[in-house]
Amino acid sequence: MAERKKNVDAVIIGYGWTGAILAKTLTDAGLSVVALERGPARDTSPDFEFPRIADELKYGVRGDLWQPLANETVTVRHNTNDVAAPYRKYGSFVLGNGVGGAGVHWNGQLWRASPEDLNLRSHIEARYGKKFIPPDMTIQDYPVTFAELEPHFDHFEKVCGVSGTAANLRGQIKHGGNPFEGPRSDDYPTPPLPAIYAAQLFEKAAAELGYKSFPVPAANSSIAYTNPYGVRLGPCNLCGFCERFGCFLYSKASPQTTILPILEGRSNLEVRTNSYVTKILLDNTGKIASGVLYIDESGREVEQPASLVVLSAFQMHNVRLLLLSKIGIPYDPAAGKGVVGKNYAYQMCAETAAYFSEDVEINPFIGAGAAGQRVIDEFNSDHFDHSRVGFIGGSLIYAGATGGRPIDQMMVPPGTPAWGGGWKAAIRKHYRHSAPVATQGSVMSYRDRYLSLDPTYTDSHGLPLLRMTFDWHDNEYKMAAYSAAKMEEVVRAMKPEKQATILMRPGNPYDVRIYQSTHTTGGAIMGSNPSNSVINRYSQSWDVSNLFVYGASAFPQNIGYNPTGLLAGLAYFSAAKLRDTYLKSPGPLVQA
Amino acid sequence: MGNSSRLDRRQFLLGVVPAATLGTLGVAACSNNGPTSTSSSSNYAPTYFNSAEWAFINAAVGRLIPSEGAGPGGLEAGVPEFIDRQMELPYGHGAYFYLKGPFLDNSPPTLGYQLRYTPREIYRLGIAAANSATQKSQGKVFTQLVAADQDHFLAAMEKGEATFATVPAAVFFAQLLTNTKEGYFSDPLYGGNRGMVAWKWIGFPGARADFTDWIDQAGRRYPYGAVSISGATDG
Repeated sequence: MAERKKNVDAVIIGYGWTGAILAKTLTDAGLSVVALERGPARDTSPDFEFPRIADELKYGVRGDLWQPLANETVTVRHNTNDVAAPYRKYGSFVLGNGVGGAGVHWNGQLWRASPEDLNLRSHIEARYGKKFIPPDMTIQDYPVTFAELEPHFDHFEKVCGVSGTAANLRGQIKHGGNPFEGPRSDDYPTPPLPAIYAAQLFEKAAAELGYKSFPVPAANSSIAYTNPYGVRLGPCNLCGFCERFGCFLYSKASPQTTILPILEGRSNLEVRTNSYVTKILLDNTGKIASGVLYIDESGREVEQPASLVVLSAFQMHNVRLLLLSKIGIPYDPAAGKGVVGKNYAYQMCAETAAYFSEDVEINPFIGAGAAGQRVIDEFNSDHFDHSRVGFIGGSLIYAGATGGRPIDQMMVPPGTPAWGGGWKAAIRKHYRHSAPVATQGSVMSYRDRYLSLDPTYTDSHGLPLLRMTFDWHDNEYKMAAYSAAKMEEVVRAMKPEKQATILMRPGNPYDVRIYQSTHTTGGAIMGSNPSNSVINRYSQSWDVSNLFVYGASAFPQNIGYNPTGLLAGLAYFSAAKLRDTYLKSPGPLVQA
Repeated sequence: MGNSSRLDRRQFLLGVVPAATLGTLGVAACSNNGPTSTSSSSNYAPTYFNSAEWAFINAAVGRLIPSEGAGPGGLEAGVPEFIDRQMELPYGHGAYFYLKGPFLDNSPPTLGYQLRYTPREIYRLGIAAANSATQKSQGKVFTQLVAADQDHFLAAMEKGEATFATVPAAVFFAQLLTNTKEGYFSDPLYGGNRGMVAWKWIGFPGARADFTDWIDQAGRRYPYGAVSISGATDG
């Protein structure tokens, strides 16, 4: 029999970005809140202190900040009739764990979506006609517009001290930023860092080809900065230990460096770490959540009753917990009916490695997750005419390394032996003189790509793992090839001695062994009604009105940008509605 | 292939040279490889590997990143010690991997590793299988083969052309090569990359992690050497 705790006003499942955003909103409103985090407590000091954090093997390779797969992973299969195999070792994506979640070890590339990303189906139908969308492509509009989200994008950029250059300031187009961005109410809070050398070469090449490059919007602050909550960030020093690491300098925005400091010591907030939620409990009507069941750090089962449940775990865990809790109708790909697990999507990325001569000093180890990088956005979203290219979506194309970690980021040209004297000579010849340029491309959603519970494999508590059914479709192969051709053209203009592209081509199935992107999306998508979605525009469950679900699980299809800006915008949009409407009168915020 | 004096050095590092000759060979090794000559394996007693396994690891690492030619080899860098120490850590015991069954024997390679073995088990089974394969084909264990034949056998494992009854040869080879490169390039605190030799070789400044003074110097070679987590510098 589970230990039963005293009822609280709200319980938060997962204490990463959206958990922190909601913890602030709800405790500001005076609610008693318990946050349950499956992983350990973590903070800049002592967990990310220099020099111990500058350890590629521990953090960049073994992944000590990631979710331990030994306890829980996902299973993967390519098609609905296949048997899924467990994702036993990290490769394709890395999952967060602990306070701050993946927001600790992300890169900090903080994008807004393009306006047309949010009404994608109707936008494509209006511009190219209904027949342009393949019948098995299940893309949907978000039930919320760019204009509605804009104040929240702006606020989150200020919370994070984002460094960047605005282009579209209230409709006035300025030189130096992203000419394709939606109208902004304000500039970025901090200026961009200078471009690192590889990004300078990219900038010059892009300009020669007539493209407008601009600084990657970076949640790596460029100056000493105080955010709207009074939390201070320091300037990024391009240390090269950003991606996969916690920031020792208080420069990379994370929940720890932006929001959590002001929540510490609030008497109406209790954070319980190493607390693994196994189920969201429902009352006898089945329409109201009564709390959650979790396993605490000593292995005991605990019931935490709550009047409001915030599900703010990572995208996959949100979907799994809904399925384990039997909330909402599981998606059935055969019938195309049901919603939980529907529209799982990913990203398709390509990379062109540029190998320069030995007089070109790239200094690859100087870099940050986002700061110092440059990007072009001409071939993303619907920024170009798709009528003749035969696909929907696109990619950003960016340059600038996140670091030159020698185990994981060594670049040698194709044909170099993998070992022996030839390899040893090649690493010396190329390490300091090579740079990657990459695309980050959208993936649309499809009828046969979804998430469900695995019938065979279980976690360390005996609960079913989440099963991913995913492979690429033709639309994405075409999108990636098109973007890669544009990327190759820019790299050629950077004048390397050699260049080589890695690109998924038709016939290459989804491969879990290779890191590609942690931007997994969908499965608990938002939409206009309960038959096409799990949550409404305020991130509220259609089935259980005191349950709110946050994160990239809400995306009806994926975008060619990093997801954190969009998912934080959706969380702040919801948080404002919770504060202003829901808490005064709990109930459905949108009538089904 | 390397000349005979370098092969001598390699054999010295493998501990297969009679003790009586150690003095002279040790000097020769120093003069061959300058400042990074500390004999890597001879003064480290392995914890996990038995003596036959240890000899195999040393021999294989010496071929994967050879000492011959310019630049430090895996032996000078202390890679065998790194691998042995990793076997005693949670990593070696498989703590980083999902190792619950059932284990599928026919899933496509694109779905990743599907074996039941921990890294410790992969080495134990892989080394035994490798030695029994060379014993069968050439009448010698791996360490007794000349360098060219060792290279040839390693390549056969890499391509999966060698057939092992237990762990597949290509899986064992990938494990060995992965850990060898990890040991070569990781911070010296794990036992490899001794004296930061691999970082010096490629020009990686290690745990320096502060490039404020070089942000506006793009295109100019970064002038400072490597530093390790313990604070050692390459002087």
